Amino acid sequence: MSENVTPTVVLDLKGLLCPMPVVKLAGAIKKVDVGAIIEATATDPGVMADIPAWAKSTGNELIKMEREGKVITFWVKRLK
Amino acid sequence: MSEEPQKSVIMLMSGDFDHAFAAFTLATTGAAMGVETTMFFTFWGIKAIQKGNFTGRGLFGRMVGVMNRGGINRIGPSKFNFGGIGRWMFKKMMRDQNVTSLSELRQQAQDLGVKFLVCTTSMEVMEITLDDLIPGVEPAGAAAVLAEAQQAQSQWFI
Repeated sequence: MSENVTPTVVLDLKGLLCPMPVVKLAGAIKKVDVGAIIEATATDPGVMADIPAWAKSTGNELIKMEREGKVITFWVKRLK
Repeated sequence: MSEEPQKSVIMLMSGDFDHAFAAFTLATTGAAMGVETTMFFTFWGIKAIQKGNFTGRGLFGRMVGVMNRGGINRIGPSKFNFGGIGRWMFKKMMRDQNVTSLSELRQQAQDLGVKFLVCTTSMEVMEITLDDLIPGVEPAGAAAVLAEAQQAQSQWFI
């Protein structure tokens, strides 16, 4: 998986379709401290575009995103 | 990234299921992205925030209330409705694909702090009262919406 990314929260977004992955992620990030990392898995290919866009406009960091078959895993760090 | 809060205004004119779905999807997503979002419901769009009871006082108002009954679970798609069969079919297809239902999406929008405004002129014309609407809707007019739209970076007319 990844080098040094230890998530505070692991979020299962598999099976959810737009807009729910973004909505759930936004809810989850409010509950963690600044600096915390959320690891999430999703199956909606729309998240490939939506999560970077969400990170950009909310000012949080998308550390990385990986796709293995249908499952997309990404790590987001709360910056503010 | 600017530090100013981003704003978005979504005006829902349509009373169709598909249009309302697009509007609530944009609203919840915007709110999740930290965008201050306002929805303005006008004319047929008011159906999406009605409780679903019969409305109207006079003959015509009651006719509108019966033939064009509101309520989020009652509105049908703009195409393939076939007298309600299409609505049932779309709902089933959405459920099968695990898509969030329209009523859940609306609740989600309210929970995320999306502001709901309703056009008072349309309500007067169609004889719909605030009691016929779900809680949390504020009455407003064109000036209020325009003022919000001028502050917003994105405006949607659906």
